[in-house]
Amino acid sequence: MVSSETAPAAGQRAKGLAPFLRSQMRNIAPFLTLIFLSAFFAFASPSFATIDNLGNILTQVSVTGIIAVGLTFVILCAEIDLSIASIANVTGIAVAYFTLQESYVNIPNIPLPGVAAILLALLLCAALGLVNALGLTVIGIPSFIMTLAMMQIAAGISALLVRGQIAYKVPGLISTLGSGSIGGIPWIVIVAAIMLLGGHLVLTYTRFGRYVYMVGGNREAAEYSGLNVKLILGAVMVISAVCSGIGGMLGVAHFGSAQQNEFDTYLLDSIAAVVVGGTSLFGGRGGIGNTIVGLFVLGVLNNGLDHVNIDSFLKILIRGVILLAALIINVYAQRLREKAAE
Amino acid sequence: MPEGQQPVLELQGITKSFGGVEALRGVDFALLPGEIHGLVGENGAGKSTLMKIIAGVHTEFSGRFLIDGHETHFRSARDAHAAGIAMVHQELSVAPDLTVAENVFLGNQPTNRLGLVQWRRMAREAGEQLSRFGIDVDPMSRLGDLPIGLQQLIEIARVLFSGARIVILDEPTSALSPPEVERLFATLRRLREQGTAIVFISHFIEDILRVSDTVTVFRNGRKVAETASAATSKGALIEAMIGRGGEALEHSYSDDLMLPRPSDSSVVLKVDQLSLARSLNDVSFEARAGEVLGIYGFMGCGQQELSRILFGKLKPDAGRLAVDGKPKTFASTAAARRAGVALVPESRRAMLFHQEPVYKNISISILDRISSLLLKPTQERDIAQRQVEQLQIRPPVVGLDLGMLSGGNQQKVALAKWLTYPPKLLVLCEPTRGMDVGAKNDVINIVRDLRAKGLAIIVLSTEPETVLSLADRILVLKRGAVVREFKNEPVSKDRLLEAA
Repeated sequence: MVSSETAPAAGQRAKGLAPFLRSQMRNIAPFLTLIFLSAFFAFASPSFATIDNLGNILTQVSVTGIIAVGLTFVILCAEIDLSIASIANVTGIAVAYFTLQESYVNIPNIPLPGVAAILLALLLCAALGLVNALGLTVIGIPSFIMTLAMMQIAAGISALLVRGQIAYKVPGLISTLGSGSIGGIPWIVIVAAIMLLGGHLVLTYTRFGRYVYMVGGNREAAEYSGLNVKLILGAVMVISAVCSGIGGMLGVAHFGSAQQNEFDTYLLDSIAAVVVGGTSLFGGRGGIGNTIVGLFVLGVLNNGLDHVNIDSFLKILIRGVILLAALIINVYAQRLREKAAE
Repeated sequence: MPEGQQPVLELQGITKSFGGVEALRGVDFALLPGEIHGLVGENGAGKSTLMKIIAGVHTEFSGRFLIDGHETHFRSARDAHAAGIAMVHQELSVAPDLTVAENVFLGNQPTNRLGLVQWRRMAREAGEQLSRFGIDVDPMSRLGDLPIGLQQLIEIARVLFSGARIVILDEPTSALSPPEVERLFATLRRLREQGTAIVFISHFIEDILRVSDTVTVFRNGRKVAETASAATSKGALIEAMIGRGGEALEHSYSDDLMLPRPSDSSVVLKVDQLSLARSLNDVSFEARAGEVLGIYGFMGCGQQELSRILFGKLKPDAGRLAVDGKPKTFASTAAARRAGVALVPESRRAMLFHQEPVYKNISISILDRISSLLLKPTQERDIAQRQVEQLQIRPPVVGLDLGMLSGGNQQKVALAKWLTYPPKLLVLCEPTRGMDVGAKNDVINIVRDLRAKGLAIIVLSTEPETVLSLADRILVLKRGAVVREFKNEPVSKDRLLEAA
């Protein structure tokens, strides 16, 4: 080989600040957005920057947060799951379906002990996730289409279970976790925090987490490295469905009712949280940390717009514009990083 | 070349660094009209970086850049294109699903007044252009159905006929068969007559000497020599490239080489009547422990498919595989890996993670050996560090993103993935393609080490030199069938080419 005089003593530390910032664009931009939005609302409304309101924001993003944990895994693998909201809905309905309802609720349901109801509901969402997984990996249906079909299937099961009615009762444990609080902190916030932390630990410190990043970074290379890519993709689809199911059960308890189409807005919110946070739609970059920032951006935006007295119809448009801006940054950050790595 | 002619392109004092690693240091380079300028140097010497600067791919560098004597600064590849500079990259960049004619006219199809594509005219003109190049194909056939060598020729033809004044060819001959190389050279000479300036990068020094007027040698980001091709020799160029006597390093393989008596060690892999539609036909062979089996054949002979079947990436239509006497049908690459098979495909991109650090690239295939649930980053880095030192990967920094390494060093990382826990069977596709002499030698030594450790190794290549430098026994594959086996007998480049 060539003489050693050439071996650059370099190392990555020798990089300048500018290339480093450029490569970190996807992490920095969402954070700046969050700070900017918070500052803006704090300035525009005296009621925004209060401890109480922080609690409100946390509670408001909890269900989205729980669902977004699983979705982060999926998007890191460069796949998508459009069935999350429907699966959340059907799981929430299922847990109510297996719980004794008041006599005026006219649903031909099957009351079971609370633990059994919860286990059956979890089994249901895991099974639906498994169907997604098999469709994606064994049959080879693109996840976009597969989960689009699953969205409809889960909605169909929901419809059959509640038949246009509304159920109210859920098992005690779910009720506590969804709507109770401990020491002034809502349980649902604690559950969301634990799940986000758990997701982060799995992604960062486990072998499976590494595989998720590598499959997302370069699927072909993962396969040529002898990884069981299909198994990993299947696993993330199941994880996504189970997180959605948990979010759905607690959501039902939180809202106080289980009914059709209850979670419709959560599909877009969850995808937005993950992507706005800076996790790459092309896979392999980002993580739960990004998702948390994304959740706060959405939470602050939704909550803040309520505080500043704005035309409520305009709010929808503003959210759309912010989402678009975040997507542009996401794609742009990917390009900058590729350039920095060149 | 006439003295005092105005260069079409002149670079002065070009310096370029990536993440603190200097790829080019104060390089001067001038290109005259009607000149074929050969560029040689080891991997990572800076040739490709310089060419990417010329082609407007890299836009940040220091130094002066003059076109026709006027200082210029390209902001994109588009600018370079507009200035009449075209480049054929090492990797094929064609649209396999489009027709040959569409590929030739990619981006400027002839249209009528309504803006509709004039198919008949396009097909006719594409056919004419290609036949001038000696390529005789139906312009309306799908490009992806043609052999890779032909696809590459068509891509080169497209660039050569695009009317560019400066054409850069990066390793254009690596996928071409000898007659195809001849056709390419004839065309290059014709373009030279018309005043086109051509830069020709290659590791095949004979090719450079035959076709170029001037040769420039790069070493470690510096220009170390520039000489008229007629006034130098292969040995002198190699010496300039690697900075020491190089004659001994590159065997010419034109003389007979005696293959050893076949070993009678245990059979690691047994392949029985393997067939795959249109690619492989009734292929049977054995690979033994401590033996390197070479499989030689022209591009498209079925090698690639064979290697994919051995690693569980493709499923054969018929036939059986057995590893250590046990029949196997690999459901996935993971199953093949667990059975002790490892593959290094011909494309680095296909098995490396460019945005991840070197150590993650090295550890990915062995993670399940070093950790059950939780990662052990320290151990991963230690293992990677050992491999990096053993294989002399430069720079020796395991935390550096893989994309920052030069091509040859990336290739070593691809190999390093399998070396910590050596497999029973190692399948190497084109292990030395696009590598310089020094790196080639390194790889040859690594493979010999592994053979001594008792691995069964299969080397598949379209370069006779690669197979000859490594193999103990050689199979020749032709249109998906084994047509000749060389063992315990003399073999040479000529004999191999003849058999294929």
